[in-house]
Amino acid sequence: MPSRIVGGLGLSHVPSVGVAYDRGKLQAPAWKPLWDAYVPVREWLSRLKPDVAIVVYNDHGADFMLEKYPTFAIGAADSYAIADEGFGTRPLPAVRGDSDFSFHLIESLVADEFDLTVCQEMGVEHGFLVPMNLCFEHAADGWPVAAIPLQVNVIQHPLPTGRRCYKLGQAVRKAVQSYGPDLKVVVMGTGGMSHQLQGRRFGFMNEQFDQMFLDELEKNPQKLAEMSHQELMEQAGAEAVELIMWHVMRGAMSPRARRVHRHYYAPMTTGIGLITFEEG
Amino acid sequence: MLQPIPDTSIFDLRLSRRGLRLNRMCGTLCDPANREAFKRDEEAYLSRFPLSEAEKNLVRKRDFAGLIQAGLNIYWMLKLGSVTGNSLYRMGAQMRGESYEQFLATRRLKDAV
Repeated sequence: MPSRIVGGLGLSHVPSVGVAYDRGKLQAPAWKPLWDAYVPVREWLSRLKPDVAIVVYNDHGADFMLEKYPTFAIGAADSYAIADEGFGTRPLPAVRGDSDFSFHLIESLVADEFDLTVCQEMGVEHGFLVPMNLCFEHAADGWPVAAIPLQVNVIQHPLPTGRRCYKLGQAVRKAVQSYGPDLKVVVMGTGGMSHQLQGRRFGFMNEQFDQMFLDELEKNPQKLAEMSHQELMEQAGAEAVELIMWHVMRGAMSPRARRVHRHYYAPMTTGIGLITFEEG
Repeated sequence: MLQPIPDTSIFDLRLSRRGLRLNRMCGTLCDPANREAFKRDEEAYLSRFPLSEAEKNLVRKRDFAGLIQAGLNIYWMLKLGSVTGNSLYRMGAQMRGESYEQFLATRRLKDAV
């Protein structure tokens, strides 16, 4: 049986969650609502038993610098180091990759006209690691899944359109399904939801927008992916444009996928969203 | 084309070009030895980079709103925050024109920091 996508997750990658995780504070009152929301998600994932997680994320100036900045970049290594993004290297084991699977994804995606930057070396940071921490329990020497990091430019405009991200997801689905080995794959679209981290509008959030985004991601994902960056930033804050990475995940799911979990929490400056889908 | 959004900086190619020197300097702060060097002698550290005097002044004054306007990307500015004892929320309060306490009072949960 060829490889297949068994599930998809849209989830925020707020850096303070990583700090709270490292300090053992995710069960303190401030973070407990978030922690509790992920208990059933981890149970669900342990039932699905994915072999590989394709993590669609953005780097925040830890490994990708602005002198040369790719629009889409994908990991093609057997291990991904924990990067120091300016606050120290988190005490986490390196993340196992699967270079053969990466090579296949890259061959298939480039043949499908997605010309990704290929990274034989890649350090990962909170954009990637916070979702991993929330979804998987690691041991001292590694993680229960291999991962393929897929980095998207969501910080230096012009950014890829939402529609392009959705189509990339569709191409990822095709690539996964044409891989011989019998792998179970989850796709994680990370970032968002509403937030703005600069200017006088620092701290701006819009829960109504975020709830609408979660509704539409489930029910009308292709229409949602047509939303312009302008509208997204006006409605939800400049940094909320990270949400285009959720379209990659949604594009990778079949029309039959059903929504399983949904949660929203906005304690400080970011709407922290979670939505999951399972293939039939 | 993107249109301006009030009270918002949109990090586009023009801004990225303007801020390249500042972003380069802050990018080096991903190395713990460089962070130590910055903390030990900030002036000496800044002099390693071809920053303009105006750019150095923005760093010296911890003028975060000014640094954003000068093209420092927020995620690179966080690295400067780390070596100068300014958390995201402290930088944010300043950009809003508020004290840290005033800013925290606008939040739902003050200890989810």
